[in-house]
Amino acid sequence: MHYAEHYQTVSTGLPGQSLPWLQALRTAANIDFSTRGFPSPREEEWRYTNVTPIEKKRFIPEIKVSDPSAAAEVIQQYRLADTWSLVFVDGVYSAEHSRLTGLPENGHVLPVAEALERCPEKVQSILQQVASRETHGFVAFNTAYFRDGAFIAIPDKQVLEKPVQILHVSTQPQGLAVLRHLISLGTHAQATVIETYVGKHEAACLTAAVTEVYLETNAHLDHYKLQSESERSYHFGGIYAQQKTSARLRQHNAAFGGLIARTEIHSHLGQAAECDLDGLFLASDRRHIDTHTILHHHGAHAISREIYRGIASERGRGVFSGRIVVDPQAQKTDAEMNNRNLLLSDDAEIDSKPQLEIHADDVKCAHGVTVGQLSAESIFYLQSRGIDEASARNMLTFAFANEMVEKVRHDGHRQQVRDALLANLPQTDVRGDWL
Amino acid sequence: MLSIKNLQARVEDKAILKGISLEVKPGEVHAIMGPNGSGKSTLSHVLAGRSGYEVTGGSVIYQGKDLLDMKPEERAREGVFLAFQYPVEIPGVSNIYLLKAALNAIRKHRGDSEVDAMDFLPMVKARIKSLNLDEQFLYRGVNEGFSGGEKKRNEILQMAILEPSLCILDETDSGLDIDALKIVADGVNALRSPDRSFIMVTHYQRLLDYIKPDVVHVLAHGRIVKSGGPELAHELEERGYGWIEQGATA
Repeated sequence: MHYAEHYQTVSTGLPGQSLPWLQALRTAANIDFSTRGFPSPREEEWRYTNVTPIEKKRFIPEIKVSDPSAAAEVIQQYRLADTWSLVFVDGVYSAEHSRLTGLPENGHVLPVAEALERCPEKVQSILQQVASRETHGFVAFNTAYFRDGAFIAIPDKQVLEKPVQILHVSTQPQGLAVLRHLISLGTHAQATVIETYVGKHEAACLTAAVTEVYLETNAHLDHYKLQSESERSYHFGGIYAQQKTSARLRQHNAAFGGLIARTEIHSHLGQAAECDLDGLFLASDRRHIDTHTILHHHGAHAISREIYRGIASERGRGVFSGRIVVDPQAQKTDAEMNNRNLLLSDDAEIDSKPQLEIHADDVKCAHGVTVGQLSAESIFYLQSRGIDEASARNMLTFAFANEMVEKVRHDGHRQQVRDALLANLPQTDVRGDWL
Repeated sequence: MLSIKNLQARVEDKAILKGISLEVKPGEVHAIMGPNGSGKSTLSHVLAGRSGYEVTGGSVIYQGKDLLDMKPEERAREGVFLAFQYPVEIPGVSNIYLLKAALNAIRKHRGDSEVDAMDFLPMVKARIKSLNLDEQFLYRGVNEGFSGGEKKRNEILQMAILEPSLCILDETDSGLDIDALKIVADGVNALRSPDRSFIMVTHYQRLLDYIKPDVVHVLAHGRIVKSGGPELAHELEERGYGWIEQGATA
């Protein structure tokens, strides 16, 4: 456990040194992580995803002041117009590249490290509220090591007029970025948050980000994530949400990058809460892309809808897990989960695991999983219109995925997701100017 | 335009086409009629190059070239167009994109430059109007959720834009009500020209009331058993296929 050993050397550089409650939390988390380690494939929920390479590699936890100018070009490319943005380079906040002017005065949108200085009690009220339910090593690791993150706390009834983008850029080989984002919306508050993870080509690094989402009664969050890190990097992202009565979460997740990447999206639904999980993953080349979702219905009358599409090409491997849990008191739950997958080569693999755990008797739950190949009929149809076979395949693959891209409501983010999709298609001759 | 000589084809071990010969000259409209299972659709698929059919004998020369030697997309680029009996739904690819991609593939093959967006859209919109389709239709997924009639009209729209030399209509009339049939027929008739030929595969005579053929062939048991003028279609309508089929097996 070289990471745990390193903790002593780096802990003094982490934010919140003067806060005993946080120090205690980090110490406990580090002890937990030391005993537990990173998850092993022996754990059922990690059966298909082996993260031992992360353990073996020596990602460097020392906090180095990276040079944000090296990332300037990537930031320019990915920072969305018409958003407030919090930009992080190799896990370190870059004030220079962030755009936070014109925010409403009574809300909080700022880096976590800064929030720990300005409003520590506010951070304390949110941190670990939701993530404490998660028990594997990555979350303990994150709690022990997080260097910074986005802190977004919107008071009751406030509607954030522009989206907040959290943009993370990896630039360093062997770099380690540990981020903790906290999103809390008060009663009837509304916001859109977009998380974007990208990396420079040479960055064979580890990004470990945990996002805690706390939605008060009737709050509404639209949350997006694009994971398009470099092809040699490792990515762990956990999005853990708590939805109080009638709170609404719409989450859209697009994953294309990393060598080994996993995103977890777990939401706990209170009474009459609504949750939409939409997602798309494409495991090309030799990538391993895992999406692990849990929709846990605690309260009655809640509605969840989950639609995921997965593609694996070349030697890529996609893993999808979709679990719906309905507690005994969660009567009248209405839950649907659907996962369609496309295998594009003989060496590609998709493992899809739908699970229903229903402990109430008056519920409507449905799930469906398919794994298929491109339709020969459709390929011939396109060929008969003059389109060559390779382009026809690409077009059909794009079409399969694009239906999920279309679900993104934010124009700029949708364009980025589409560009990432096109860049990762097995052939690159499909034009981006889809009308 | 097209010269088919003694064409034989099978699907797996079953011989479907047992020696078909057909000459289609530029500007001609040929109707191929026949009962179910006679090999009509197989003929159109073999001409378009669909996989799953094995040509076991004969030849097909199209504009002086060996058609059977070409991939499906090459045939399309050379000007062969198949209007499908069951057009495929492709959610996620918009109609307009397919039209543009197809037209550009064909233009590239001819050595022409890519179509200019300024010219393309007005041209498509004019055609779409004449087929009585809504403009919004262009931005929907290819055939996605279209009615049977819309799908067939979409085939004619593609045909109008790609301007093929040889149009093969596979049961284009099936599933159409009389209004839709008229629209489709008007669309086809508008495309008739001295250098464009048509092969219409159909079970029923009614399509031929709207698109007048030059020659009518009757296909039975994988062979053309009778050819004649438009009056042959009327005879079939009155007498059915039985008398011809009996002749073919006799």
